[in-house]
Amino acid sequence: MLNYILKRLVYMIPTLIGMSIISFAIIQLPPGDYLTSLLSTLADGGSPIDPATVERLRSQYGLDQPVWIQYGKWMLGILTRGDFGFSFEWNQPVSEVIWSRMGSTLAISFAALLLVWAVSLPIGIYSAVRRNSIGDHVFTFFGFIGLAVPNFILALTLMYVSFRVFGQSVGGLFSPEYVDAPWSPAKLWDLILHLWIPILVIGMSGTASMIRILRANLTDELSKPYVTTARAKGLPEYKVIVKYPVRIALNPFVSAIGWVLPELVSGVTITAIVLNLPTAGPLLLRALVAQDMYLAGSFILLLSVLTLIGMLVSDILLALLDPRIRYN
Amino acid sequence: MEKPVLSVENLNLDFHLRTHILHAVRDVSFDLHRGRTLALVGESGSGKSVTARSLMRIVDKPGVMVGGRIILRTQGREVDLAQLASNSPEVRAVRGARIGLIFQEPMSSLSPVHTIGSQIDEVVRLHSKIDKRAARARTVELLGQVEIPDPAEMADRYTFEFSGGMRQRAMIAMALAVNPDILIADEPTTALDVTTQAEILDLIKRLQTERGMAMLLITHDMGVVAEVADDVAVMRFGRIVETGTVDEIFHAPKHAYTQRLLASTLKLEQPADARAEAVITPQPLLTVKGLTKVYGGAKGFLGTKKFALKAVDDVSLVLHAGENLGVVGESGSGKTTLGRLILRIVEPTEGQVLYRQKDGKEIDVTALSKSELRKFHADVRLIFQDPFASLNPRMTIRQIIGDPLVVEGKLSARQIEEKTAELLRLVGLSPDVMERYPHAFSGGQRQRIGIARALALDPRIIIADEATSALDVSIRSQILDLLLEIQSHLDLSFIFISHDISVVRYFCDRVAVMHRGKLVEIGPAEKICTTPDEDYTRALISAVPNPDPRNKRMLHRTRLASLSTSTVC
Amino acid sequence: MTLTPALDAKLAEDGPAISGLKPGMDPISDAAAGQWTLIWRKFLNQKVALFCGGVILVLYLIGAFAEFLAPGLPDTSRAQYTYAPPQSIGLFTPDGQFQLHVKGYTVAIDKAALRRTFVVDENIIVPVGLFVEGPTYKFWGMFEANRHLIGPLDPTQTMYLLGADRLGRDLLSRLIYGTRISMSIGLIGVCMSLFLGVVLGSISGYFGGWIDTVIQRVIEVVSAMPTIPLWLGLAAAIPLTWSPIHVYFVITIIVSLLGWTGLAREVRGRFFSLRNEDFVTAAKLDGSSERRVIFRHILPSLTSHILAVTTLAVPSMIIAETSLSFLGVGLKAPVVSWGVLLQDAQNIRSISTAPWLLIWPSLAVVIAVLSFNFFGDGLRDAADPYET
Repeated sequence: MLNYILKRLVYMIPTLIGMSIISFAIIQLPPGDYLTSLLSTLADGGSPIDPATVERLRSQYGLDQPVWIQYGKWMLGILTRGDFGFSFEWNQPVSEVIWSRMGSTLAISFAALLLVWAVSLPIGIYSAVRRNSIGDHVFTFFGFIGLAVPNFILALTLMYVSFRVFGQSVGGLFSPEYVDAPWSPAKLWDLILHLWIPILVIGMSGTASMIRILRANLTDELSKPYVTTARAKGLPEYKVIVKYPVRIALNPFVSAIGWVLPELVSGVTITAIVLNLPTAGPLLLRALVAQDMYLAGSFILLLSVLTLIGMLVSDILLALLDPRIRYN
Repeated sequence: MEKPVLSVENLNLDFHLRTHILHAVRDVSFDLHRGRTLALVGESGSGKSVTARSLMRIVDKPGVMVGGRIILRTQGREVDLAQLASNSPEVRAVRGARIGLIFQEPMSSLSPVHTIGSQIDEVVRLHSKIDKRAARARTVELLGQVEIPDPAEMADRYTFEFSGGMRQRAMIAMALAVNPDILIADEPTTALDVTTQAEILDLIKRLQTERGMAMLLITHDMGVVAEVADDVAVMRFGRIVETGTVDEIFHAPKHAYTQRLLASTLKLEQPADARAEAVITPQPLLTVKGLTKVYGGAKGFLGTKKFALKAVDDVSLVLHAGENLGVVGESGSGKTTLGRLILRIVEPTEGQVLYRQKDGKEIDVTALSKSELRKFHADVRLIFQDPFASLNPRMTIRQIIGDPLVVEGKLSARQIEEKTAELLRLVGLSPDVMERYPHAFSGGQRQRIGIARALALDPRIIIADEATSALDVSIRSQILDLLLEIQSHLDLSFIFISHDISVVRYFCDRVAVMHRGKLVEIGPAEKICTTPDEDYTRALISAVPNPDPRNKRMLHRTRLASLSTSTVC
Repeated sequence: MTLTPALDAKLAEDGPAISGLKPGMDPISDAAAGQWTLIWRKFLNQKVALFCGGVILVLYLIGAFAEFLAPGLPDTSRAQYTYAPPQSIGLFTPDGQFQLHVKGYTVAIDKAALRRTFVVDENIIVPVGLFVEGPTYKFWGMFEANRHLIGPLDPTQTMYLLGADRLGRDLLSRLIYGTRISMSIGLIGVCMSLFLGVVLGSISGYFGGWIDTVIQRVIEVVSAMPTIPLWLGLAAAIPLTWSPIHVYFVITIIVSLLGWTGLAREVRGRFFSLRNEDFVTAAKLDGSSERRVIFRHILPSLTSHILAVTTLAVPSMIIAETSLSFLGVGLKAPVVSWGVLLQDAQNIRSISTAPWLLIWPSLAVVIAVLSFNFFGDGLRDAADPYET
């Protein structure tokens, strides 16, 4: 088991390197280097430019050196000092800005993942077992809608509906009066009132695809001989299904995190922009529009790492569930 | 005579399929008596398996029971199972408790993610209200009864840690857990090697007599029937065509189908009459020298040394012109790999394959370039085991048989068509079927098409890899006769790879026996099949069931110490 | 041994007992039906997929004949009609005459909210006709014409069937023009994806070894990264000075760049499993070269799957374009796409004033995506007619 986890960890390293290269490439994409943008911004603002600072930054990020050295310096900075570069828009090191935003991104993604599981598991089982029943068709239809409506449209629609029906504005995580208030049950309730829309929006398409996966896998498993064996034992039908095929169809269900998670993180990004949530999304968009590239690149890198960690967790869960993986 | 423990009366079952309704079981009636074994015999599609399942009311969709009675007489009560809902508590109380079931494929019939012990505990606890610990004690006792070594420890292992034979033993333990009155064994040994088959049949038979159970044995193998059954019912296309005691069926069959089935089986118990004497030439056609294939063994990830497997270990043999050489062995013996190594579908690790061309020049196949290899493949052809997988479903029969000719590029389109028609006639099919697709043909017909394709390039050697094992016994002998007939007017040699000793005996001049990658023994077919020199061969031969109930072979078989205790893999 | 005639008759049975699904119906035979016939038969059974195929066709036709179908031009703005609500077509005028028409507006000032509101004025009748002459356009950028399928008889009058946006532009016309851009991005994007997938897949399969490993790892890395941040990062790098057509192509490339991984993975997986099929081994032993094996035996078995997977990839392309444009880093005015239209519905203020700006473009996106999903699903189910 430990050996297996270790293997997965080692296997992650090239993927991590790949992700960091892509993130760095995005930093490098806009014309002109980061310092020219910084200088022009500062000049626009009329702030005095200290040539010494410019020189220090230039050598710190290796801007006068070949690209791969710049990449090396960036990575070295991250790995040794936790230094992701400098955000000229915020006039702060990126690391100062980024962590709180990543925290809320993680929290919302995780909540959405729990919702995906909690909803798709029973529905998936129902749909597979009662294949082609009316309930199955209804769920399948809603599943398709869930897949077809892009996150941001769903967010806008729910925003409009909630505005119309409840007369409530749903942007942000708190109503204005609670933003700076200390934590209290009322504030928590306010948070929950604000949070259900983003979590629903983010979880929707993931739930739909998980239902489809579970339904397909479970349908396959239901026709396997071991199900007949379980029936031949005299087990009641629900026990036959829950103990055997469902248990085995859970494996692909768990390992599907691997690609549901990137989707969720993706969804958090765009939903947060629409609903103005304090996660990485709005900041990333702003950074990109302003070409604050170290901030943007760092966000992209960290969001990718987040999904990678999620995949590792799913691998470990899978090994716990499936002895065949554990023992090989 | 005591009343039968189970009576089936006029059972009818339909399957509603996409294009038609299949009447899979029609007016089937039979009785099961305590302490006796009824064998339900039939070829594939005869409806025997569905019949067995309907006794437990576990027929899968789209099967529907449309009539009949299934009377179960146990514990002093009579119940008609056919009248009950398939999921009613009454039926569930019968399943596993009054009727136990063993399947063909023990690997897929057991859950891969639960330990063997927990799967048996479950059935024990379900039908007798005892606690966990007592159930486990019972499980361990059962595993001991089915001769699983170290049962307490093995109970905590998973299915994939058991060997095939061990899995089937576990399955038997599960079926017998609650002392059922009836045991249904659905092709219980078909997926197993002959030596394992003999052990499992022994075990089932012994447990049945000890417990006085009634047994319903489903099988296609007349040999197994003769060894195990007391009564026989022969099924064909959903009907029982004949019933009788095993002696009546084997020695005085009344129905023409039974007679034909027996004839095809018995025919394979001796060498074919049609076989021409092979001329042993001083210069062999094909020489295999020290052929070896090692899988794995390279340094693995994280520097761990990976497990190396010698699939074929230093095999040397020769094939003469006009000769039929059989290669027999159990699964994992390396016989299929050997065939593929000769053709270089799999690259050998070591060794040589020398082939004497038409011009008399001997070439080393292992050193051929790609284009030379292509020429070699025109002379040496392969017939596959699975007639369904080996024909491209998207091509017509004309395209499939003509493909090697098209690639060869020597003939015009018209000539290719003529040759294809001729080949079809040669394998006993009408040239009219040329525009059809493989899905329109039965397994035997498809195998004929595969043979026609192999013959298209006028080969000199044909390697037949389990070419008849996917076929029913009557079709099997037809195909073998077809191959012999073709051989009689074409200049052909065969390497016939098979796990089925009777087929090899019927077809081959010489036989090579393989075991765990090594060549154990090679010699004339008659000698290998009657008086072999090696212990392994003797054990193998004597484990083959004999289709004669008056002369049961398996009971007096030679056992190898190393074989009878199958080990955990 | 002699047989009774009854037994003889039973032996004459040469197949299992079957009967038609309904009394008097013969079982269906497909002995001489090829792959595509079988796929087609299987597909015809899927009514929903068939219907969705029709919807997709209609959408592409709308895109193709946008200039003619749209009542007006997409960028004619009329400041006095800011956020004018949708009008509905009436058949009979108040005096009982048959005349297609819409009712005009009068403007009232909402004193409390300090903004203008439109009230439908029953007295103003704007006659509407089919095949009317309207604003002049260049059909496909080539032929000048001024016929429109529907529009006000008097070109100086206005008709807002789906309402107007902030600049008083006709949403219906914009939606129709947007269909062209959004649907074509899906199609072109998927073609590029397919091209990339096939090229890289072939390289991967042909050379094998470390090249295969590298390509596989790249696919793995790209598919593990969350798409929207990545899209944003790439799209944000497009210089603002580029021409719309330039941006259009770069966006298509970006969208397809990230879409090909799934496609490549699927195709590769199927390719490798087919490579081990007996019939492929047989083809090799028949003397076929590697290339012939691939083109004659493997690809024909793959095409139907590729077709299905490709169809299923179109919706993600459409959603990608829409999302990027909506966020302001994709297509930009004056190009009109569904995403660009949705940009006008970005905040709750404009949505609550003019909900139609959200409703209609969203509906277009959802219908397109849904149709492609159902259609592709039907294709996929029909793609392998040989599985049992």
